[in-house]
Amino acid sequence: MSRIEPSDVARVATLARLALSQDEIAAMTRDLEQMLDYVAALDRLDTQDVEPTAHSFELPTPLRPDRAVPPLDPEIALGNAPEREGTAFLVPKVLEEGG
Amino acid sequence: MAKADSLLAGDLSDLRGALDRRDCSAVELVQASLDAMDARADLAAIVFRRDEAALTEAEAADERIASGKPASPLDGLPVVLKDNIVQAGEPATCASRILEGYVSPFDSGVVERLQRAGAIVVGRANLDEFAMGSSTENSIHGPSRNPWDPERACGGSSGGSAAAVAAGLVPLAFGSDTGGSIRQPASFCGVVGFKPTYGRVSRWGLVAYASSLDQIGPFARRVADCALALEAVGGHDDRDSTSLPEVVPPLRSRLDGDVSGLVVGLPKEYFAPEGAQPGVLARVREAIGVLEGEGVRFVEISLPHTAYTIATYYIIATAEASSNLARFDGVRYGRRAEHPKDLLDLYERSRSEGFGAEVKRRILLGTYVLSAGYYDAYYVKAQKVRTLIRRDFEAAFGECDAILTPTTPETAFALGAKAGDPLSMYLSDVYTVSANLAGLPALSVPCGFVDGMPVGLQLLGKPLDEATILRIGDAFERRTDHHRQSPPGPPGSPGTD
Amino acid sequence: MQDHTDLSWEWVIGLEVHTHLKTESKLFSPAPVVYGAEPNHAVHPIDLALPGVLPVLNERVVELAIRLGLAIHGTVNPVSVFARKNYFYPDLPKGYQISQFEDPIVSDGWLEIEPEVRGQAKKKAAAGGGGRRRIGITRAHIEEDAGKSIHDVAIAGREDSCIDLNRAGVPLLEIVSEPDMRTAAEASAYLRALRSILRYIGVSDADMEKGQFRCDANVSVRPRGSRELGTRTEIKNLNSFVHVEEAIEAEARRQIELIEDGGTVVQATMGFDPVRRRTSVQRLKENSDDYRYFPDPDLIPLRIEADRIEAVRASLPELPDEKRSRFGSEYGLSDYDAGVLTANRELAAFFEETAKACGSPKAAANWLTRDLLRELRERDVELEETSLTPAILASLIRLVEDGRLTARSAAELFPDLVSDGGDPEVLMRERGLEAVSDAGAIDGLVDQVVEAHPDVVQQIREGDDKPLNFLMGKVMQASRGKAVPAQVRKTLIARIRS
Ligand SMILES: [Mg+2]
Ligand SMILES: [Zn+2]
Repeated sequence: MSRIEPSDVARVATLARLALSQDEIAAMTRDLEQMLDYVAALDRLDTQDVEPTAHSFELPTPLRPDRAVPPLDPEIALGNAPEREGTAFLVPKVLEEGG
Repeated sequence: MAKADSLLAGDLSDLRGALDRRDCSAVELVQASLDAMDARADLAAIVFRRDEAALTEAEAADERIASGKPASPLDGLPVVLKDNIVQAGEPATCASRILEGYVSPFDSGVVERLQRAGAIVVGRANLDEFAMGSSTENSIHGPSRNPWDPERACGGSSGGSAAAVAAGLVPLAFGSDTGGSIRQPASFCGVVGFKPTYGRVSRWGLVAYASSLDQIGPFARRVADCALALEAVGGHDDRDSTSLPEVVPPLRSRLDGDVSGLVVGLPKEYFAPEGAQPGVLARVREAIGVLEGEGVRFVEISLPHTAYTIATYYIIATAEASSNLARFDGVRYGRRAEHPKDLLDLYERSRSEGFGAEVKRRILLGTYVLSAGYYDAYYVKAQKVRTLIRRDFEAAFGECDAILTPTTPETAFALGAKAGDPLSMYLSDVYTVSANLAGLPALSVPCGFVDGMPVGLQLLGKPLDEATILRIGDAFERRTDHHRQSPPGPPGSPGTD
Repeated sequence: MQDHTDLSWEWVIGLEVHTHLKTESKLFSPAPVVYGAEPNHAVHPIDLALPGVLPVLNERVVELAIRLGLAIHGTVNPVSVFARKNYFYPDLPKGYQISQFEDPIVSDGWLEIEPEVRGQAKKKAAAGGGGRRRIGITRAHIEEDAGKSIHDVAIAGREDSCIDLNRAGVPLLEIVSEPDMRTAAEASAYLRALRSILRYIGVSDADMEKGQFRCDANVSVRPRGSRELGTRTEIKNLNSFVHVEEAIEAEARRQIELIEDGGTVVQATMGFDPVRRRTSVQRLKENSDDYRYFPDPDLIPLRIEADRIEAVRASLPELPDEKRSRFGSEYGLSDYDAGVLTANRELAAFFEETAKACGSPKAAANWLTRDLLRELRERDVELEETSLTPAILASLIRLVEDGRLTARSAAELFPDLVSDGGDPEVLMRERGLEAVSDAGAIDGLVDQVVEAHPDVVQQIREGDDKPLNFLMGKVMQASRGKAVPAQVRKTLIARIRS
């Protein structure tokens, strides 16, 4: 029973911005299929009326007072930049597109 | 120097006494730790060192101690951090090519508290890349080795921290535990490993793997030392929205060896004969006998959804990881592919060249389970099963004060043994992941050996009730001497055998 | 603006507005919110998504979101959830935007709009209340802004972009309307109303030039009478009211033409070229838009207790539409007058003070909506820039009400009071404008006029009342406008009938 095709892996790899070789896609297809078969065990459980758990406990929402602190020194902000121009990060041309 | 050297293999209270009596200095202790790192470079436990800074900090500690005002019981003591806990001015590779050369401009919450306590970070420990793994083999720094048998894995993902404590490089180390990454290597290396309640220790400055499961905790040779460590680094941090508001209660003062009257549950699902190595089960049963002798009452309990924990864990953890690791894109820091032809190429090649196979595997699985059409079937489903697993524990804790299980189904496996089989690697966390899913405190304590390799028992406590499992672990230690066993010395050293 | 050619088509317009919240620090980081700084001079490790950072929610943002929720008559949800919207973009440092998806903080609100109708129709429509329409607001949710890409930097022969993260993490409210608008004018009226309310309650400065108030328009068309929605397109990043109107016009016409030519509209993101006034497809909506939303595990659901909402409600100024209906019931104003007075917070306050001081709300309303607004328009100034105060206007009104100053004389004094202020009573005396109400003086004037026009008097005596106004005019003229009209009329009638 095949849950996943190489094309699914390729689609997911694109979403995750990973370039995979054909060999890697084949290997990952096998691994993911094995995992998906394994986790399919959950289908046996009836969870119709069960609330999902995001965290193991309930906490009041932590809120931060609206106070600004001095910003990072730009030289520190850019300190790990692979490429920079002035105090901006530099990347290959970004095609205009709303996020 | 010989004095400091032998002290390093002791526990924190011995070290404290030696420093306060001026039997040795913090500088000598730190130097001994650095020398031990040299001597045990073969273990590949430590990946970065802070020789100079550590010695300078040790001098300051010596001055405080000389003036009779040590900053805390940890003042002047060398510690090691897993290389995913950031410190200002230091690298944090997370054992990944994608963070090669990265230097953190800020301190983690844990580092701040350790520094306030006067502890001295001497180095950074190896791990599985981004804490994904159970063997510390998935690392750009190469695999760490188990001090008890260098051909075996030290467990993971905090394997370097466990090995460092086991080999006597430092008396205290910190790791992170998302599905067992402190307890499993502690068990493999014969040291105490402690994962506090989720939210007890600030995650500020811990490079996230799976945010709803990650928790920092200590490794030491004594349970009391882990209690001390949590007293030092635990407590609320308002930079972490998931940080617990409660203060950490005094823990060491409650370690009086008295456990009579405590009720400890034995989940039958964790003792199934086909589940674990017979030798492991035998050691754990012996431990139960010891505690019974101390007046602990054992009851059989059931955690009916145990069989679903690994599946639930791998859906939730990989989903969170796929998103947490999106920031490693080669734009602001970290590795960038050379000569990208466009932006997409920059992203895809930086990430593909930067991440190892296991990280890619988990990113892909996590992306898949969140993607359109699968989200409800996998992610929401897993979160619902997480509720069932949590309820199992709530019900069980109605009948007992703590739960005891083996930490791992088997002792340390050979390096490479599981490398080609991700699922079997995942299954080595079968006893540990439930504590992360339910947010519970959990402790692994050495309880003997099988064929010369250490075995650990695991104690699970109610949320926020670290005190009870520490008490039980400490009482067990008082009646046994497993924690006093030391692994053989470095290859070629005068035989300890 | 919709012309007769598309009477057979109905336009369906919904708007998504992103507005920057008025805070000192960012949504999840303590970096300052500043405009116009050098690139990356207003960032915190959290905004750079450095390894190990975590978000903590800004309390003020929650308060401001509640404010807006109450102001638009919406439900402030007791639990809302922050989710991650995952996509890769260089101005999005984490690789995801923290937003609210399934559970927004505010849902089910509405706003009343009054589209600008040109010419005479306006007052008629308004008087009947028929010009106002209620536009539904589906939801408003909290999210973080992205940074900026500065395009087309040519360095070493390569075309590059610069990334500035100063704006990354600035708090936004995304306010999503129902597809309730039918004309570009309605869309623009909705935006104006929303912007005005945001400013009125201090939630946002909504300065469009600073990019603090941005709009996306969803546009579809359908045959008039149809209940089904047509395929819609989304026009992104409209940053002026004029552009919004023009873009919607252009897009609706494009769609209609396309359909009438036998084509079909496809779901797409459109760009608007303001110079050519044309929309064009920027990007087709593809299946690859898979944002993998899931609750952010670094954050706890936002729980809002009822008392927090009540505290915000108590701190909220009276909203324009509440004020409008109160002005109707409390002062007996027409809906039109109440609407005009409450459109501006300062004008409304001016009115209330004047009304209280003079005891005649209707007179106060008339002076303000007619005379004052005309003066402001003619001089192109704001109310605050004049010398008129509620006390001055109230005393002017009282002089009229007491019969000491005629309406005509008051109107003569008014422009000077607006320019220079002063005491109306003193001014009246100085100019000799005091009303003539002395019976002897009026009798004299009436006698003069009656004697000069015996034929007209005869006509009235024979039962034709019409020329009475002619005689009134003559008497008023003779008094140079200072005679009290009511008294003149009474005296005239008595004299003629005697
Ligand atoms: Mg939108
Ligand atoms: Zn938005």
